[in-house]
Amino acid sequence: MSFINYSTREINCKIVYYGPGLCGKTANLQYIYDKTDPNLKGKMISLATETDRTLFFDFMPLKLGEIKGFKVRFHLYTVPGQVFYDASRKLILKGADGVVFVADSQMDRMDANLDSFDNLRDNLKEHGYDLDTIPLVLQYNKRDLPDIVPVKELEEALNFRGVKSFEAIAIKGVGVFETLKQIAKEIIIKLKG
Amino acid sequence: MDNLFWLSDEKILEKFEVELNRLKVESNAKATFLIDKNGQLIGSSKNTENYDKTSIGALVAGNVAATGGLANLLGEKEFSILFHEGENEHVHISLVAGKLILVVIFDETTSLGLIRLRVKKSLKVFEKLLRDLEKSSQENNRENIFSDITEDDIDNLFNIGGE
Ligand SMILES: Nc1nc2c(ncn2[C@@H]2O[C@H](COP(=O)(O)OP(=O)(O)O)[C@@H](O)[C@H]2O)c(=O)[nH]1
Ligand SMILES: [Mg+2]
Repeated sequence: MSFINYSTREINCKIVYYGPGLCGKTANLQYIYDKTDPNLKGKMISLATETDRTLFFDFMPLKLGEIKGFKVRFHLYTVPGQVFYDASRKLILKGADGVVFVADSQMDRMDANLDSFDNLRDNLKEHGYDLDTIPLVLQYNKRDLPDIVPVKELEEALNFRGVKSFEAIAIKGVGVFETLKQIAKEIIIKLKG
Repeated sequence: MDNLFWLSDEKILEKFEVELNRLKVESNAKATFLIDKNGQLIGSSKNTENYDKTSIGALVAGNVAATGGLANLLGEKEFSILFHEGENEHVHISLVAGKLILVVIFDETTSLGLIRLRVKKSLKVFEKLLRDLEKSSQENNRENIFSDITEDDIDNLFNIGGE
Protein backbone atom coordinates (compact mmCIF):
# COMPACT_ATOMS: atom_id res chain seq x y z
CA MET A 1 0.00 0.00 0.00
CA SER A 2 1.69 3.17 -1.12
CA PHE A 3 1.58 5.96 1.36
CA ILE A 4 1.34 9.53 0.13
CA ASN A 5 1.77 12.33 2.60
CA TYR A 6 0.68 15.64 1.13
CA SER A 7 1.85 17.71 4.04
CA THR A 8 5.43 16.45 4.00
CA ARG A 9 5.22 15.78 0.23
CA GLU A 10 6.47 12.23 0.46
CA ILE A 11 5.55 9.03 -1.29
CA ASN A 12 6.48 5.76 0.37
CA CYS A 13 6.36 2.36 -1.30
CA LYS A 14 7.17 -1.09 0.02
CA ILE A 15 9.22 -3.64 -1.91
CA VAL A 16 9.57 -7.20 -0.65
CA TYR A 17 12.39 -9.54 -1.71
CA TYR A 18 11.03 -13.08 -1.67
CA GLY A 19 12.59 -16.46 -2.41
CA PRO A 20 13.86 -19.69 -0.88
CA GLY A 21 16.34 -19.79 2.00
CA LEU A 22 19.90 -18.77 1.08
CA CYS A 23 19.00 -17.59 -2.44
CA GLY A 24 20.62 -14.20 -1.80
CA LYS A 25 17.86 -11.83 -0.65
CA THR A 26 19.87 -10.37 2.19
CA ALA A 27 22.89 -10.13 -0.13
CA ASN A 28 20.82 -7.92 -2.47
CA LEU A 29 19.92 -5.51 0.33
CA GLN A 30 23.43 -5.52 1.70
CA TYR A 31 24.87 -4.56 -1.67
CA ILE A 32 22.34 -1.78 -2.18
CA TYR A 33 23.11 -0.55 1.31
CA ASP A 34 26.88 -0.58 0.76
CA LYS A 35 26.69 1.28 -2.54
CA THR A 36 24.13 3.93 -1.72
CA ASP A 37 25.11 7.46 -0.80
CA PRO A 38 24.86 7.72 3.02
CA ASN A 39 22.55 10.73 2.74
CA LEU A 40 20.02 8.71 0.83
CA LYS A 41 19.65 5.73 3.10
CA GLY A 42 18.60 5.03 6.64
CA LYS A 43 19.83 2.27 8.85
CA MET A 44 19.71 -1.31 7.59
CA ILE A 45 18.03 -3.47 10.18
CA SER A 46 18.58 -7.23 10.12
CA LEU A 47 16.61 -9.40 12.48
CA ALA A 48 18.73 -12.51 12.11
CA THR A 49 19.63 -15.63 14.04
CA GLU A 50 23.07 -16.06 15.54
CA THR A 51 24.12 -17.86 12.39
CA ASP A 52 23.06 -14.92 10.21
CA ARG A 53 19.91 -16.49 8.85
CA THR A 54 17.07 -14.01 8.49
CA LEU A 55 14.73 -14.61 11.40
CA PHE A 56 12.04 -12.04 10.78
CA PHE A 57 13.12 -9.50 8.19
CA ASP A 58 15.80 -7.20 6.86
CA PHE A 59 14.71 -3.62 6.37
CA MET A 60 16.26 -0.70 4.61
CA PRO A 61 14.75 2.69 3.76
CA LEU A 62 15.95 4.31 0.55
CA LYS A 63 15.40 7.92 -0.49
CA LEU A 64 15.22 8.38 -4.21
CA GLY A 65 14.79 11.61 -6.13
CA GLU A 66 11.59 13.56 -6.57
CA ILE A 67 8.60 13.30 -8.82
CA LYS A 68 6.71 16.56 -9.17
CA GLY A 69 8.05 17.87 -5.90
CA PHE A 70 7.21 14.67 -4.02
CA LYS A 71 10.12 12.86 -2.40
CA VAL A 72 10.01 9.21 -3.37
CA ARG A 73 11.04 6.68 -0.75
CA PHE A 74 11.22 2.95 -0.96
CA HIS A 75 11.18 0.62 2.00
CA LEU A 76 12.96 -2.60 1.13
CA TYR A 77 12.21 -5.76 3.07
CA THR A 78 13.41 -9.34 2.79
CA VAL A 79 11.51 -12.30 4.17
CA PRO A 80 13.02 -15.27 5.98
CA GLY A 81 13.31 -17.99 3.36
CA GLN A 82 13.21 -21.05 5.53
CA VAL A 83 10.01 -23.05 5.15
CA PHE A 84 9.09 -23.02 8.83
CA TYR A 85 9.01 -19.23 9.05
CA ASP A 86 5.91 -19.02 6.91
CA ALA A 87 3.88 -17.10 9.49
CA SER A 88 6.49 -14.33 9.52
CA ARG A 89 6.71 -14.26 5.73
CA LYS A 90 3.00 -13.65 5.52
CA LEU A 91 3.22 -10.68 7.88
CA ILE A 92 5.97 -9.00 5.90
CA LEU A 93 4.17 -9.38 2.61
CA LYS A 94 1.26 -7.36 3.91
CA GLY A 95 1.11 -3.93 2.33
CA ALA A 96 3.71 -4.76 -0.34
CA ASP A 97 3.55 -2.62 -3.49
CA GLY A 98 5.85 -4.90 -5.43
CA VAL A 99 7.79 -8.14 -5.13
CA VAL A 100 11.25 -9.19 -6.30
CA PHE A 101 11.41 -12.95 -6.52
CA VAL A 102 15.02 -14.07 -6.11
CA ALA A 103 15.63 -17.56 -7.45
CA ASP A 104 18.72 -19.61 -6.65
CA SER A 105 20.15 -20.73 -9.98
CA GLN A 106 21.80 -23.87 -8.60
CA MET A 107 20.37 -27.14 -9.98
CA ASP A 108 19.72 -28.61 -6.57
CA ARG A 109 17.74 -25.54 -5.46
CA MET A 110 15.19 -25.75 -8.25
CA ASP A 111 12.59 -27.50 -6.12
CA ALA A 112 13.07 -24.90 -3.41
CA ASN A 113 12.50 -22.13 -5.99
CA LEU A 114 9.27 -23.69 -7.16
CA ASP A 115 8.00 -24.28 -3.63
CA SER A 116 8.80 -20.72 -2.64
CA PHE A 117 7.06 -19.37 -5.73
CA ASP A 118 3.90 -21.36 -4.90
CA ASN A 119 4.16 -20.14 -1.34
CA LEU A 120 4.35 -16.55 -2.62
CA ARG A 121 1.17 -17.05 -4.59
CA ASP A 122 -0.66 -18.49 -1.57
CA ASN A 123 0.52 -15.80 0.81
CA LEU A 124 -0.34 -12.99 -1.60
CA LYS A 125 -3.80 -14.45 -2.00
CA GLU A 126 -4.32 -14.37 1.76
CA HIS A 127 -3.77 -10.61 1.67
CA GLY A 128 -6.10 -10.25 -1.29
CA TYR A 129 -3.31 -9.74 -3.84
CA ASP A 130 -2.83 -11.65 -7.04
CA LEU A 131 0.53 -12.96 -8.22
CA ASP A 132 -0.71 -12.48 -11.77
CA THR A 133 -1.10 -8.72 -11.39
CA ILE A 134 1.12 -7.41 -8.56
CA PRO A 135 4.28 -5.60 -9.76
CA LEU A 136 6.84 -8.40 -9.98
CA VAL A 137 10.43 -8.81 -11.13
CA LEU A 138 12.44 -12.03 -11.22
CA GLN A 139 16.11 -12.34 -10.40
CA TYR A 140 18.15 -15.44 -11.22
CA ASN A 141 20.94 -15.24 -8.70
CA LYS A 142 24.26 -17.02 -8.17
CA ARG A 143 25.14 -17.09 -11.86
CA ASP A 144 28.80 -17.37 -10.84
CA LEU A 145 28.43 -20.89 -9.48
CA PRO A 146 28.93 -24.21 -11.33
CA ASP A 147 25.98 -26.54 -11.86
CA ILE A 148 23.43 -23.88 -12.53
CA VAL A 149 20.17 -24.14 -14.45
CA PRO A 150 20.19 -22.39 -17.86
CA VAL A 151 18.24 -19.13 -17.88
CA LYS A 152 15.90 -20.47 -20.52
CA GLU A 153 14.79 -23.25 -18.19
CA LEU A 154 14.37 -20.88 -15.27
CA GLU A 155 12.22 -18.67 -17.48
CA GLU A 156 10.05 -21.60 -18.44
CA ALA A 157 9.68 -22.75 -14.86
CA LEU A 158 9.05 -19.41 -13.18
CA ASN A 159 8.31 -16.63 -15.61
CA PHE A 160 4.85 -17.56 -16.82
CA ARG A 161 3.84 -13.89 -16.70
CA GLY A 162 6.69 -12.81 -18.94
CA VAL A 163 7.85 -10.09 -16.52
CA LYS A 164 11.34 -8.60 -16.67
CA SER A 165 14.00 -10.89 -15.28
CA PHE A 166 17.67 -10.37 -14.49
CA GLU A 167 20.68 -12.62 -14.07
CA ALA A 168 22.58 -11.72 -10.94
CA ILE A 169 25.56 -12.33 -8.73
CA ALA A 170 24.25 -10.55 -5.68
CA ILE A 171 27.43 -10.77 -3.61
CA LYS A 172 29.28 -8.93 -6.37
CA GLY A 173 26.41 -6.59 -7.15
CA VAL A 174 25.82 -7.89 -10.65
CA GLY A 175 22.17 -7.30 -11.56
CA VAL A 176 21.27 -5.89 -8.14
CA PHE A 177 20.53 -2.27 -9.06
CA GLU A 178 18.99 -3.32 -12.39
CA THR A 179 16.51 -5.44 -10.46
CA LEU A 180 15.72 -2.68 -7.98
CA LYS A 181 15.22 -0.06 -10.69
CA GLN A 182 12.90 -2.33 -12.60
CA ILE A 183 10.63 -3.10 -9.65
CA ALA A 184 10.53 0.59 -8.72
CA LYS A 185 9.51 1.36 -12.28
CA GLU A 186 6.77 -1.26 -12.27
CA ILE A 187 5.37 0.11 -9.02
CA ILE A 188 5.28 3.69 -10.25
CA ILE A 189 3.75 2.69 -13.56
CA LYS A 190 1.03 0.87 -11.65
CA LEU A 191 0.39 3.99 -9.55
CA LYS A 192 0.07 5.95 -12.74
CA GLY A 193 -3.00 3.83 -13.41
CA MET B 1 -6.34 3.96 -6.51
CA ASP B 2 -7.80 2.26 -3.46
CA ASN B 3 -4.48 0.70 -2.56
CA LEU B 4 -3.15 4.10 -1.54
CA PHE B 5 -3.18 5.61 1.86
CA TRP B 6 -3.53 9.35 1.52
CA LEU B 7 -2.54 11.77 4.18
CA SER B 8 -3.98 14.86 2.71
CA ASP B 9 -5.60 16.96 5.37
CA GLU B 10 -2.92 19.06 7.00
CA LYS B 11 -5.24 20.51 9.61
CA ILE B 12 -6.09 17.07 10.91
CA LEU B 13 -2.45 16.02 10.86
CA GLU B 14 -1.62 19.04 12.98
CA LYS B 15 -4.24 18.00 15.48
CA PHE B 16 -2.62 14.58 15.72
CA GLU B 17 0.65 16.27 16.63
CA VAL B 18 -0.99 18.56 19.16
CA GLU B 19 -2.41 15.52 20.90
CA LEU B 20 0.92 13.65 20.68
CA ASN B 21 2.55 16.59 22.43
CA ARG B 22 -0.12 16.87 25.05
CA LEU B 23 0.22 13.15 25.79
CA LYS B 24 3.99 13.48 26.07
CA VAL B 25 3.78 16.42 28.47
CA GLU B 26 0.92 15.15 30.61
CA SER B 27 2.38 11.68 31.02
CA ASN B 28 5.92 13.00 31.45
CA ALA B 29 7.11 10.69 28.67
CA LYS B 30 10.24 11.20 26.56
CA ALA B 31 8.63 10.87 23.16
CA THR B 32 5.40 9.86 21.48
CA PHE B 33 4.89 8.63 17.91
CA LEU B 34 1.99 7.65 15.76
CA ILE B 35 2.63 5.22 12.92
CA ASP B 36 0.54 3.15 10.57
CA LYS B 37 0.55 -0.63 10.55
CA ASN B 38 3.16 -0.70 7.80
CA GLY B 39 5.51 1.37 9.91
CA GLN B 40 5.03 4.73 8.17
CA LEU B 41 5.30 7.70 10.48
CA ILE B 42 2.16 9.80 10.75
CA GLY B 43 3.26 12.15 13.49
CA SER B 44 5.52 12.63 16.47
CA SER B 45 5.85 14.83 19.54
CA LYS B 46 8.25 17.76 19.48
CA ASN B 47 12.02 17.40 19.96
CA THR B 48 12.31 13.89 18.59
CA GLU B 49 15.12 14.63 16.12
CA ASN B 50 17.44 12.26 17.94
CA TYR B 51 15.21 9.27 17.37
CA ASP B 52 15.62 7.18 14.23
CA LYS B 53 11.91 7.30 13.44
CA THR B 54 12.10 5.25 10.25
CA SER B 55 13.72 2.36 12.10
CA ILE B 56 11.36 2.72 15.05
CA GLY B 57 8.42 2.62 12.64
CA ALA B 58 9.60 -0.55 10.91
CA LEU B 59 10.45 -2.37 14.13
CA VAL B 60 7.30 -1.40 16.02
CA ALA B 61 5.14 -2.35 13.03
CA GLY B 62 6.94 -5.70 12.83
CA ASN B 63 6.44 -6.12 16.54
CA VAL B 64 2.72 -5.39 16.32
CA ALA B 65 2.34 -7.65 13.28
CA ALA B 66 4.08 -10.52 15.07
CA THR B 67 1.99 -10.23 18.23
CA GLY B 68 -1.11 -9.82 16.07
CA GLY B 69 -0.28 -13.12 14.39
CA LEU B 70 0.17 -14.68 17.79
CA ALA B 71 -3.19 -13.30 18.92
CA ASN B 72 -4.95 -14.84 15.94
CA LEU B 73 -3.31 -18.15 16.66
CA LEU B 74 -4.73 -18.06 20.18
CA GLY B 75 -8.17 -17.01 19.01
CA GLU B 76 -7.80 -13.40 20.13
CA LYS B 77 -8.67 -10.54 17.82
CA GLU B 78 -5.54 -8.62 18.76
CA PHE B 79 -3.37 -7.69 21.70
CA SER B 80 -4.29 -4.05 21.95
CA ILE B 81 -1.47 -3.08 24.31
CA LEU B 82 2.19 -4.08 24.31
CA PHE B 83 4.72 -3.07 26.91
CA HIS B 84 8.48 -3.48 26.74
CA GLU B 85 10.44 -2.89 29.88
CA GLY B 86 14.12 -2.02 29.68
CA GLU B 87 16.57 -1.14 32.40
CA ASN B 88 16.15 2.59 31.75
CA GLU B 89 13.83 3.04 28.80
CA HIS B 90 10.40 1.56 28.40
CA VAL B 91 8.06 1.41 25.44
CA HIS B 92 4.28 1.39 25.62
CA ILE B 93 2.51 0.47 22.38
CA SER B 94 -1.22 0.59 21.76
CA LEU B 95 -3.53 0.31 18.79
CA VAL B 96 -5.78 3.15 17.66
CA ALA B 97 -9.00 1.61 16.36
CA GLY B 98 -6.94 -1.37 15.22
CA LYS B 99 -5.47 0.79 12.43
CA LEU B 100 -2.74 3.02 13.78
CA ILE B 101 -0.07 2.42 16.39
CA LEU B 102 0.64 4.79 19.25
CA VAL B 103 4.15 4.51 20.69
CA VAL B 104 5.16 6.10 23.99
CA ILE B 105 8.79 6.02 25.12
CA PHE B 106 9.39 6.82 28.78
CA ASP B 107 11.79 6.32 31.68
CA GLU B 108 11.85 6.29 35.48
CA THR B 109 10.73 9.90 35.76
CA THR B 110 7.17 8.70 35.27
CA SER B 111 5.24 5.48 35.91
CA LEU B 112 3.50 2.86 33.84
CA GLY B 113 0.28 3.65 35.67
CA LEU B 114 0.33 7.29 34.62
CA ILE B 115 1.27 6.38 31.05
CA ARG B 116 -1.63 3.94 30.80
CA LEU B 117 -4.08 6.46 32.17
CA ARG B 118 -3.03 9.23 29.79
CA VAL B 119 -2.79 6.90 26.80
CA LYS B 120 -6.35 5.79 27.38
CA LYS B 121 -7.51 9.39 27.27
CA SER B 122 -5.51 10.17 24.15
CA LEU B 123 -6.71 7.08 22.30
CA LYS B 124 -10.22 8.53 22.27
CA VAL B 125 -8.92 11.71 20.68
CA PHE B 126 -6.86 9.81 18.10
CA GLU B 127 -9.81 7.61 17.21
CA LYS B 128 -11.92 10.66 16.51
CA LEU B 129 -9.14 12.28 14.45
CA LEU B 130 -8.70 9.07 12.50
CA ARG B 131 -12.40 9.09 11.61
CA ASP B 132 -12.08 12.72 10.50
CA LEU B 133 -9.05 11.84 8.41
CA GLU B 134 -10.80 8.95 6.71
CA LYS B 135 -13.78 11.11 5.98
CA SER B 136 -11.67 13.89 4.56
CA SER B 137 -9.70 11.49 2.32
CA GLN B 138 -12.96 10.28 0.86
CA GLU B 139 -14.17 13.77 0.18
CA ASN B 140 -10.97 15.20 -1.21
CA ASN B 141 -10.05 13.55 -4.44
CA ARG B 142 -6.50 14.72 -4.88
CA GLU B 143 -4.97 15.01 -8.32
CA ASN B 144 -3.12 11.91 -9.41
CA ILE B 145 0.43 13.19 -9.31
CA PHE B 146 1.59 10.19 -11.28
CA SER B 147 -0.73 10.58 -14.20
CA ASP B 148 1.64 12.27 -16.64
CA ILE B 149 5.10 11.19 -15.52
CA THR B 150 7.48 9.79 -18.10
CA GLU B 151 10.09 7.05 -18.20
CA ASP B 152 12.70 9.79 -17.85
CA ASP B 153 11.14 11.03 -14.62
CA ILE B 154 11.41 7.52 -13.26
CA ASP B 155 15.02 7.07 -14.44
CA ASN B 156 15.94 10.34 -12.79
CA LEU B 157 14.88 9.00 -9.43
CA PHE B 158 17.85 6.72 -9.44
CA ASN B 159 20.84 8.97 -9.06
CA ILE B 160 21.61 7.27 -5.79
CA GLY B 161 25.08 5.88 -6.23
CA GLY B 162 25.31 2.26 -7.27
CA GLU B 163 26.93 1.89 -10.65
N1 LIG C 1 28.48 -17.55 -5.04
C1 LIG C 1 27.46 -16.75 -4.69
N2 LIG C 1 27.04 -16.75 -3.42
C2 LIG C 1 26.00 -15.95 -3.09
C3 LIG C 1 25.38 -15.10 -4.05
N3 LIG C 1 24.40 -14.41 -3.41
C4 LIG C 1 24.42 -14.80 -2.13
N4 LIG C 1 25.38 -15.73 -1.92
C5 LIG C 1 25.73 -16.42 -0.68
O1 LIG C 1 24.65 -17.27 -0.33
C6 LIG C 1 24.46 -17.30 1.08
C7 LIG C 1 23.05 -16.89 1.45
O2 LIG C 1 22.84 -15.53 1.09
P1 LIG C 1 21.76 -14.64 1.83
O3 LIG C 1 21.75 -13.32 1.16
O4 LIG C 1 21.96 -14.66 3.30
O5 LIG C 1 20.44 -15.46 1.48
P2 LIG C 1 18.93 -15.21 1.96
O6 LIG C 1 18.60 -16.37 2.86
O7 LIG C 1 18.14 -15.26 0.70
O8 LIG C 1 18.86 -13.90 2.66
C8 LIG C 1 25.51 -16.37 1.66
O9 LIG C 1 26.60 -17.15 2.08
C9 LIG C 1 25.89 -15.48 0.51
O10 LIG C 1 27.22 -15.03 0.60
C10 LIG C 1 25.87 -15.13 -5.40
O11 LIG C 1 25.39 -14.45 -6.30
N5 LIG C 1 26.91 -15.99 -5.65
MG1 LIG D 1 18.19 -13.46 4.51
